[in-house]
Amino acid sequence: MSAALLLLADGRFPAGGHAHSGGAETAVAEGRITDAATLAEFCRGRLHTTGLVAAALAAAATAGADPLALDGAADARTPSPVLRAVSRRLGRQLLRAARAAWPSPALDRLGAARPRGAHQPVVLGVAARAAGLTPLDAARATAYEAVSSPATATVRLLALDPFESAAVLARLGPEVDAVAEAAEAAARRALSEGLDALPAASAPLLDIGAERHAAWPTRLFTS
Amino acid sequence: MHQDHPEVFPQRHTMSASGGGRRALRVGLGGPVGSGKTATVAALCRALRDEVAIGVVTNDIYTREDADFLLRQAVLAPERITAVETGACPHTAIRDDISANLEAVEDLEEQAGPLDLVLLESGGDNLTATFSKGLVDVQIFVIDVAGGDDIPRKGGPGVTTSDLLVVNKVDLAEHVGADLDRMATDAAAQRGGLPTVFTSVARGQGIEPVAAWIRERLARKAAGAA
Repeated sequence: MSAALLLLADGRFPAGGHAHSGGAETAVAEGRITDAATLAEFCRGRLHTTGLVAAALAAAATAGADPLALDGAADARTPSPVLRAVSRRLGRQLLRAARAAWPSPALDRLGAARPRGAHQPVVLGVAARAAGLTPLDAARATAYEAVSSPATATVRLLALDPFESAAVLARLGPEVDAVAEAAEAAARRALSEGLDALPAASAPLLDIGAERHAAWPTRLFTS
Repeated sequence: MHQDHPEVFPQRHTMSASGGGRRALRVGLGGPVGSGKTATVAALCRALRDEVAIGVVTNDIYTREDADFLLRQAVLAPERITAVETGACPHTAIRDDISANLEAVEDLEEQAGPLDLVLLESGGDNLTATFSKGLVDVQIFVIDVAGGDDIPRKGGPGVTTSDLLVVNKVDLAEHVGADLDRMATDAAAQRGGLPTVFTSVARGQGIEPVAAWIRERLARKAAGAA
């Protein structure tokens, strides 16, 4: 465990995440998240689907796969146009912070090739490599973010006791680790077998919810 | 005459992918909910739009109301106004994690530019909210007399460190029992010589000193004070 990983995974790292709920705002409004128990189930679902996919993309980027090819693979695994735009926007914001924190030609090249933003997990993977981290580190940071983002947002949306939210994340810890390890293994396979070896798990309700959320006239979070 | 902060255009490392080049003067407007930030932005646009190219970024807390208000008032062409969503934490978006706002400013300059002036309006927040120096060149803090004439005395970063303090709604002072002299004295004591102006923006009074203050900043920037 390195300090660079703690910084990259820190919710206060200025990369735009605070304005996003990871789908929790829709789930709260539609009654799927009502308390700590339902928050845990929501997070578990997100972790094993889009969390796994994002973690594998990030790990592959850290392992040295072509970021632009990975960017296309991320597009193919993100059916919701709203979530595709959100991922690129967050990628652009993360790139800015990462270039300040860990200046590197690889980050500059990615920014030049995708000035409107590459997918966030791809940027995270390239940033992790620039920070001297391993593919497993990148997978861990990404898998953790898949659960920490909705958990943090739910504290604000439901006035959920913040200790309960922290306990939910702690209990999910072993599963986050397991997903990160699976993602790293898939990334390693993708390096030898091609990017089709990356997982393509999806959560249709997250996609549908994100599309609905974007049409709300009034909301607290961007997504 | 008033002193100003000596460091007017501090060094910035915004890490934009698009790089350097000419960019607009960025002025942040912060302050509590309902103090008149949006009305001040609208009045500044009307006062300055024939002289300089202006863009506006609003930070609405949960709607596009502020941006829509400016659009309805037709103070600027629609492509000159953009809104940032702040995820329930308006102060985070202007201070701790400025990435979404930086992007909004850069996109505005790219798509509607070149611009001379970008006004960034924060979501209504508390007395501790200030803009990051990585986001704006100078900041204006807008309070109003109806919020309590003890606000200048209480201080806080917005009151004490903003480059310009605007005390709005002076026409309401007699109705809410606010003592304007006391507010002026307290503000002077808290601000160490930084300027304060009293306005009644909704009544069309007092915006000219604020506009003149911005003109002076624009002139300094043009003269290469950066």
